Parts: sequence; structure tokens; C-alpha cells
Amino acid sequence: MASLSQQLVNGITLGAVYALFAIGYTLVFGVLDILNLAHAAIFMAGAFVAFALTGYGLPPVAAAVVAIVFGGLLGIALDRVAFAPLRARNAGTLAPLISSIGVAIIIQGVVRGIFGPDQHRFDVGALSTVQLRAGPISVGALDLIAVGAALGLMLALNYVLLRTPLGRSIRAVADDRIAAAILGIDLERTIALTFFIASALGAAAGILIGLQYGTVSLDMGSRIELKGLAIIVLGGMGSITGAALGAFILGIAETLSVALVSSSYRDAIAFALMFGILVARPSGLFGKQKLRGA
Amino acid sequence: MIAFLAAHSKTIDQIGINALLAVSLMISLRVGQLALAQVAFMGIAAYVGSLGAIDFGWNLPVSMLAGGLGATVAAALLALPIARLRGVFLAIATIGFGEVARIIEINLPLTGGAEGLANIPNDANTAWIYGTLAVALAGLFAFGRSRWILAFDAVREDEVAARGCGIDVGTLRFAALTAGGAVAGFAGVLYAHANFFITPGDFGFGRMEQVLVYSVVGGTTSALGSALGAAALTILPEAIRFLKDYRDVTTGALLLGFIIFAPRGLAGLWQRA
Repeated sequence: MASLSQQLVNGITLGAVYALFAIGYTLVFGVLDILNLAHAAIFMAGAFVAFALTGYGLPPVAAAVVAIVFGGLLGIALDRVAFAPLRARNAGTLAPLISSIGVAIIIQGVVRGIFGPDQHRFDVGALSTVQLRAGPISVGALDLIAVGAALGLMLALNYVLLRTPLGRSIRAVADDRIAAAILGIDLERTIALTFFIASALGAAAGILIGLQYGTVSLDMGSRIELKGLAIIVLGGMGSITGAALGAFILGIAETLSVALVSSSYRDAIAFALMFGILVARPSGLFGKQKLRGA
Repeated sequence: MIAFLAAHSKTIDQIGINALLAVSLMISLRVGQLALAQVAFMGIAAYVGSLGAIDFGWNLPVSMLAGGLGATVAAALLALPIARLRGVFLAIATIGFGEVARIIEINLPLTGGAEGLANIPNDANTAWIYGTLAVALAGLFAFGRSRWILAFDAVREDEVAARGCGIDVGTLRFAALTAGGAVAGFAGVLYAHANFFITPGDFGFGRMEQVLVYSVVGGTTSALGSALGAAALTILPEAIRFLKDYRDVTTGALLLGFIIFAPRGLAGLWQRA
């Protein structure tokens, strides 16, 4: 059963990137109670920006940093265009969900216009093919980098949320927006920075997935979008720890189901799980802790 | 005129089918629930109707009855477990249902897998499509003149207050979801019989997003508005072919513009505030 431990390792590398994606998703939900369906489009746009920049000869790390910052700024723009006007008139939770779909369609349309409908090879030279071996298990160098980067960014987020004034503001707004405003927290600034962080994480996840698969494509966002939904439901909407755990659970479950059962129903398991949890335990597997317990 | 209609008959049929889908989504939105499983109901009905037509030689009316019934039953079965969910949680659960339905369609031998079904009798003509749409719109118009619509609106605006007035919220929500399922089912059978073949990919989340755009642009509380929105947004991509790969940007911008600046959609032109 050497392949089982191999699949476990694959599951962890998959889960790490899922986690990065889902944390941005759930952060916005935790702070604003809105479902941001443009998150996957920013994920995709980040990957394309990094792809284009490496194409211009920028070193991969520099391209990734620029693309991540770009993703964050795109997130701020998203908030200004799609969410701030609705927030100003208290439009409820469904209108922002719909407006974020509008932004997602626009981002996809622009990327399609610039890069065309086809997928592109995204490799960074020799690094893309290096495999490391430990006994029966082999891991791509890029997979290791992806796991490292994902864990590093998650620890950084944890530090920002728990140890910095910005993190305190974000948690306060998530807890009670009105009380936070009364206590002098600049709501709009805090929300903008939340979107920056969430979207930068989304873009980072896009770059890492693009590197792992060796391609960037228009539909890479829609492929992870619904899995991200399953993960944040699994972990409890708005819970960051829950999203991270949910991501690893899904990543491992997916690769193990390929090894043990069959691959055809692997996606159905995720969505059936999501449906079941919503119906039976809407607060998710890990309870309703929201950002307070981040 | 005749030549124009003949040249564009494919688009004209597509408008009617999309209008039915937008109307089916609108029925649920009218009670304030964003249920994103309409395309799944459409797919279930399309498969039921097509398999009957291929294997048992059903004609279109029988296909539509069976497919519509299948979609209604599916909607009723979905409505029971999600009765307690609201807002985005309801939206997510219905998205999950749609994905599971699509994945099952890909994997069942009966439904022909990812290649789908071919050789569906091509007997859904423009008259059938617009006849169905007319019946649906007339039914909803009559419903809109009854007192029931007041209960629908009350639940949408304030569920707790509606409950306080003695409105059976659960029954209304159940009725809206199943009625929407039936309309989506008719659309699905017509779609299959107008296009010769169907694949699971025809019933994915991408199409669901499109239907949502129709309804939001047309008006989420108006049947006629939703139908008009579907017409406008089915024609639009044809009219702006010159934008090539940038075409989708217009769709997204319209959706965004309407939800922010004109949340009542095109129907806001005639609806009273």
C-alpha cells in the first residue's frame, strides 16, 4: 500500500492550497456576512498575471509578489464597485452575492479578452520538473513550495489577525459592525483591508495551483469555486480555523477516494457532504466560532 | 419578416426557453429565497423526457408531462430538507444539489455519461415553446391578481411579520420551489427536444449564473420582467459579436449595474414602488 501514503501526501499538498483559497473566502464572510462569488475570479486573475509576468522574463518570486498585490488591489476595487454601494443602502445578503457574480463575469471576460479562451502552459523552468523522493513517496519541488508558501501565509494571517491593531479592528468589525464603528474603528478602511488580505490570499492560491498543474486556464476559478464553498461550509461559515481544517479534510478525502474507491464520484462526495452539513449542522463541523476564535 | 424569423429561429427558440428558466427562478425569488437549482431541475426533466422519447417513443406532450413531473418531484424532495435554510445558506445548499445532480448525470450509464444523449426527436418547435411560455405567464398573471401574491410578498419583505399575520411560510416556500421546479422542467424538455442532444455540461453552474442574470436584469419580482430580461440578454451576445472575447464583460457590467442602480430591473419601468 505504498500508494496510500503517497495519496496522503498528495492530499496534504492539495489541501494546503485549498486552505489558502478557502480562508480568503471565509474571511470576507466572517467580517461582512456576504458570500463573495468573485473570489474564484480573482484567484484565476492572479494566476494569469503571474503567468504573464514570468512570460515577460520577471523572476518567478517577483512575478508572484506582484500578482498577489494585484489580487489584493483587485479585491479592494471589487469591494468599492460591488459591495460598498449595497452596504450603504443595507441591501441584505442576496444582492451582494449577485453583484459579486457580476464582477466575476467581468473579470473572466477581461482575462478571456486578453489571453483568449485557451489554457496556457505555466512553468518556471527546471523547477517545474524536479521530484524529491523519500522511500516510496515522491513529491514535486513545486508541491513542497506550495505547501510551504500556503502554511507561511496562513501563519502570517494568524499573526495579523491576533497580534496587530488591524487584526483587532477586523475581528471587532466581524463581531459587531455597529459597536466597532461606535468605538471609533474606521469601518470602510477595515473592510477594504479585509478585502485586500482575502483577495491576495486568493491570488496566491491561484498562482500555486497554476504552478502545480503547470497550466493556467479560464475555468480554473470555477473548478475550485464550488469546492471552496464546500470547504467553508464544512468548517463553519466564517471560521478561519474551520476552513483550514476543512480544506485539508477535503484534499485528503479527494485523493484517498481516488486511491480507494473510484474517481468518478469524488466531486459528488464533497457536495453531498456540504449539502448534508448545511441541512443537519449549519454551523459546520467545528462549531460557530467565527473570527473571534481565529 | 418571415425570412428574418427563419434565419433567427434558433435564437428565437432559445429566448423562449431562457424566459421560462428566468420565470422559474423568479417564482422562488418572489418569496425571497434564492434557490439556485433551477438548471438542475431543467436537467432532470430533460433527461426524463429525452429517455422516454428515445426508448419508448414518447411524443412531446408526454415527454413534457413526464419531465415536468420529474422536475417537480425533485424540487419537492429538495424543498423538504432545506426548509429551515435561509439566505446564502439556502443558495449554497441548492448549488450543492445542482452539482450532485450534474455529477450523477455524468456517471450514470443510463444518462449516457459525459457525452450525454443524442438522437432526441426534434419536435419542439417555436409554437410549443412560446405556447408553454404564454401559459406560464398567464398562470402567474392570474396568480398575481389573487390574494396569494400578497402572502408571497409579505414573506419576502419580512418573514417574521408574515408569520405573525398567520401566513403559513413553510407551505408558501415549498409551493414556490416546486412550482419553479415544474416550470424549469418544461424548459428542460423543450430545450432537449429543440437541440437534438443534451450533455450534463448543459446543466452546470455557468448556465445557472446566466439565468440569474436574466432575472435580475428583468426584475426579480416580475414574471414579465424576467422573461424580458431573458430576451434582452439572449439577443445581446448576438448583437455584440464584434466585441469577440470581450463580450462577457457587457453581461457582467449589466448585472452589476442593475443590481446596484436599478434593483427592480426592467420591471421597475412599470412596477409601482
